[in-house]
Amino acid sequence: MARQIRIALRNCGVIDPERIEDYIARDGYMALAKVLTELSPEAVIEIIKKSGLRGRGGGGFPAGMKWEITRKVQADQKYVVCNADEGDPGAFMDRSILEGDPHAVLEAMTINGYCTGASKGLIYIRAEYPLAVERLKTAMSQSRETGLLGNDILGTGFNFDIDIRYGAGAFVCGEETALIHSMEGLRGEPTVKPPFPSVEGYLKKPTNVNNVETFANVPVIINKGWEWFSSIGTERSKGTKVFALAGKINNVGLVEVPMGTTLREVIYEIGGGIQGGKEFKAAQTGGPSGGCLTKKHLDTPIDYDNLIAAGSMMGSGGLIVMDEDDCMVAIAKFYLGFTVEESCGKCSPCRIGNKRLFELLEKITQGNGTMEDIDKLRNLSTVIKDTSLCGLGQSSPNPVLSTIENFMEEYHEHVKDKKCRSKVCKSLMQYLVVPEKCIGCTLCARNCPVNAISGERKQAHLIDQEKCIKCGACMEKCKFNAIIIN
Amino acid sequence: MAKIKLSEKKIQELKDVCKTFHNDKGELINILHKAQSLFGYLPAELQEVIAKELNVSVAHVYGVVTFYSFFTMQPKGKHPVSICLGTACYVRGSEKVLEEFKRQLNIQVGQTTADGKFSLSCLRCVGACGLAPVVLVGEKVYGRVAPDGVSDIIAEYNI
Amino acid sequence: MNRIKLIIDGKTTEVPENTTLLKAAKTVGIDIPTLCYFELKDMNIENRPGGCRVCVVEVKGRRNLAPACNTMVAEGMEVYTHNIRVLNARRTVLELILSDHPAECLTCAKSGSCELQSMAQQLGVREIPYQGEQSKYRKDTSPAIIRDVDKCIMCRRCEMMCNDVQTVGALSAVNRGFMAVVAPAFEMNLEKSPCTYCGQCVSVCPTGALTEVDHSRNVINALADPTKTVVVQTAPAVRAALGEEFGLAPGTLVTGKMVAALRRLGFDYVFDTDFAADLTIMEEGTELLDRLTRYLKGDKDVKLPILTSCCPGWVNFFEHHFPEMRDIPSTAKSPQQMFGPIAKEYFAKKLGIDRRNMIVVSIMPCLAKKYECQRDEFKVNGDPDVNFSLSTRELAHLIKASNIDFNSLSADDFDNPLGESTGAAVIFGATGGVIEAACRTAYELYTGKKLLKVDFTELRGLENVRKATLDFDGLPINIGIAHGLGNARKLLEDIRDGKSQFHAIEIMACPGGCIGGGGQPFHHGDSEIIKQRASAIYREDAGKPIRKSHENPFILELYKDFLGKPCGEKSYNLLHTHYFDKSAGVFVEE
Repeated sequence: MARQIRIALRNCGVIDPERIEDYIARDGYMALAKVLTELSPEAVIEIIKKSGLRGRGGGGFPAGMKWEITRKVQADQKYVVCNADEGDPGAFMDRSILEGDPHAVLEAMTINGYCTGASKGLIYIRAEYPLAVERLKTAMSQSRETGLLGNDILGTGFNFDIDIRYGAGAFVCGEETALIHSMEGLRGEPTVKPPFPSVEGYLKKPTNVNNVETFANVPVIINKGWEWFSSIGTERSKGTKVFALAGKINNVGLVEVPMGTTLREVIYEIGGGIQGGKEFKAAQTGGPSGGCLTKKHLDTPIDYDNLIAAGSMMGSGGLIVMDEDDCMVAIAKFYLGFTVEESCGKCSPCRIGNKRLFELLEKITQGNGTMEDIDKLRNLSTVIKDTSLCGLGQSSPNPVLSTIENFMEEYHEHVKDKKCRSKVCKSLMQYLVVPEKCIGCTLCARNCPVNAISGERKQAHLIDQEKCIKCGACMEKCKFNAIIIN
Repeated sequence: MAKIKLSEKKIQELKDVCKTFHNDKGELINILHKAQSLFGYLPAELQEVIAKELNVSVAHVYGVVTFYSFFTMQPKGKHPVSICLGTACYVRGSEKVLEEFKRQLNIQVGQTTADGKFSLSCLRCVGACGLAPVVLVGEKVYGRVAPDGVSDIIAEYNI
Repeated sequence: MNRIKLIIDGKTTEVPENTTLLKAAKTVGIDIPTLCYFELKDMNIENRPGGCRVCVVEVKGRRNLAPACNTMVAEGMEVYTHNIRVLNARRTVLELILSDHPAECLTCAKSGSCELQSMAQQLGVREIPYQGEQSKYRKDTSPAIIRDVDKCIMCRRCEMMCNDVQTVGALSAVNRGFMAVVAPAFEMNLEKSPCTYCGQCVSVCPTGALTEVDHSRNVINALADPTKTVVVQTAPAVRAALGEEFGLAPGTLVTGKMVAALRRLGFDYVFDTDFAADLTIMEEGTELLDRLTRYLKGDKDVKLPILTSCCPGWVNFFEHHFPEMRDIPSTAKSPQQMFGPIAKEYFAKKLGIDRRNMIVVSIMPCLAKKYECQRDEFKVNGDPDVNFSLSTRELAHLIKASNIDFNSLSADDFDNPLGESTGAAVIFGATGGVIEAACRTAYELYTGKKLLKVDFTELRGLENVRKATLDFDGLPINIGIAHGLGNARKLLEDIRDGKSQFHAIEIMACPGGCIGGGGQPFHHGDSEIIKQRASAIYREDAGKPIRKSHENPFILELYKDFLGKPCGEKSYNLLHTHYFDKSAGVFVEE
């Protein structure tokens, strides 16, 4: 039985997030005290580096290295930013941590401030998370009152305070340069890196940006030691990862498993298998930037590198499970629809290229695709990945490439046979009356919103394919299973 | 020229909001959030006041307003209906639910019904994937919504 | 500064640190194509959002291709600018841009000088494999500028010019994703925005998304109308740039050919705005001396510094952005608008014709002039003092369309009396020129002495803001000069905050002055062209027999014959104006 290890989620659902006492009772702020009184910034950075903690927001950049770079840049002012702009559809890990254990993030940011030489922290959070904001505000005022935030923290002379900035509904702001521009009151357009935020970030000052889950790991690493942390996980991916399990799975929700756990363990042991006993088809990780994992990946240990090798990515941890009823071409189109809406429009490959990808996929799902279109999808995807300005465009074609790679036969069926095996693509479906089964009750005809069904009472009915809008109402109403999808 | 004349009192309120943020142009997004919660939406006149207070161009403010999907220049309905189109909801059929809302309310996404009662918008994941597909009416969350449940939801507010 | 060694396409080069790959490649003869990138050296104008992605190159060891315009060199870097990966990517990116661009080249105003068009040619694009929806927007025609942003490729050059250089703030990127475009607030008409019509957005737009309103047709019709006497005036900067449209080297002076061409086009009188520039000096110089003398006498009501007012983009700027300071600029009209009433109220009467039967056309390096001549205060009973204003580019098109072989024309002279001018008038075309011309006259009028050295070289150059103190026979006169409205803003803020020490300030809206105007032939980011035009202007000045406005015999005659004295009653009525507060907000139309 796969085990869950709760590090980032250690306090979620266990403590009352509105009581600092609860947090402290579970070793809260012990790490901060240790850091401020016993350790030099360099020593703390060394611990984080040795722990092998990598950024949990998607990219997987080694956290300790980021801290070190920010520390080494000379500047009169530096910033710590917590990226809580959790935008991947189907992902809600950060929200759960902020709502369930806000102090963990505050503590880690303060530790980071001590290490990097920053006196100011900013949490960039989605405006759609009002409860998380409330909990953070409560936590901040409690820790200020307790002397754990603000001036002269724990009497050590160290000053650090935190402020909240709101997102406003732009997925691209999860990208760190875009996030910084958004915090500056600008359009959330990314800029070319380098310079990296660690060197030139918020208000042109060195800025250490880490995501919520990354921060939530930090106090535990300090308390339990890097040796303990790095003993969990795989060779190059240490610790645990929180996944948001969703889709066609029995047990929906957050799970935290050691890096290296297999997809099979997550889906079948922890997730309780596929809904309705249907067959597993694919799992999408990394949201719109990721790709799908298939049956052949079920026993692959999940970590940063294996996911990339499989054409996907860790992303922030959304894990959407799909079954035989999901059409993979339609899924690719769904994600591209998302990207088209969320592209900032700054660079041409992302602005126009993703639109063209979406249109090609639309053409295929409507039954008008050609084999040449599949080649175009491939070339375009490669170029968009290669030339886009930021991570959004550099990963947005992943759902296309990975579905082509893993489900080419579905593309072929849509293009050559004009068929959608999952019966999702409306244009490729025909609702037909099976004359042998139809008793002529007229129920379907009366329920058809466009009067496409004709037939005398007690005689087999007929669906006019010209008029039919494929809403499926007839099939739902028919009590004799006399209507089928061709 | 149709001017949406804000009252002096409202304009003063808005200026006070700017002042609480020290008329700092870096706080533009926070100010727009506050303004939208005060007024329900961000009409042109309001953006002009903010631009003047922060000493930035109106074009800049408008550029920011139109970048973020959270900001709207259209007044929302009394009961804003939001359909989650996040992946979990999508694979569980939220698109059909959306179609049904469009049909029954006879409006497109981003529009408000003629009587001002309902407006329709899409969301990307409210983090309630366990309840997919999810519909929000105002603050109230409806889980596991099917197309044939749409009329009941609308009826709740149509009294 | 550290030197960095790197290899580009197998060639080793060494460049200073913080050099972009784009510039480093140039040192080994590799010209990487660019589209959104734009630079005007010496003027601190640079646009490199890294948005178009046409300049991508492969950097060994990097996962993705890197934009050459925005990637700095690093020691030991290995760069490939035209391997198959790069070529395929560059071509596909261009095909994508073209797939969202109307294929209207045959009728597009920008055809022939469109950078997107040349790029498609350079890369040999013969078909566009990616087809789909194109972004569509409302077309917007203002008095001077047409926005047809279906053709916008989001290079952001106009946005950079309007905000960073000019600080006008009429434009911003708006919307997101596929519908992202550069537009005024609320996507309202430019006419309702704080746009100054400086035209710098037009002069940097790589495509036909921003163009000038073309008045050539109106001029052709007027020339064909036998009941009209058509008079043309040409601004100083035009003669220093027009030749570029006919393949002549930048900086070639074509005054005589231009006059000959205008005569061939059928203008009844070919006059010179320079004449009106001399007149402007008489009026503005007198006003300056008057304010200065009163100031020196301790008059508390007098406002100093005095600001020049001959640039219509600048006038629009302070009317929109600094309306509370609109009593500081000189009330003297611009040369174009001084010329108008002199033509219609003085010269027309001399000819014995009604002013309505006279059509005054101006040839200007400027787009704001198109708006200026349409201002109500410059009309008499609805009849504008200047009927139409054509840009240098429009004149070139008109000449070409009229079968005139420009280069083979022999030089002609302007007509008199409104065609005679001094060297002081010519230099109006370059930044610092107006104030230099004013000082030549003011010095002699103030001191009563002969000015021995007429070249105030300390007032020339291309630095953003220039300051100089001139010696008016013991009286130090502090002069400020700004070109580009962002620089003007700094000077204005100093005045407002009481920090200004200047007696007189010259402001030109366009970088470089009128020679860099929004109506000039496209320089495509080559600041050398602007410098060449400036040197042509000063050459013309140096070659003039008379170089001080108050020595122009026709000007003196005009005062004697018609106007009376500078800033006298008649002058005041005909040659001076007043300014408006245009800062009021404009809300979106229903």
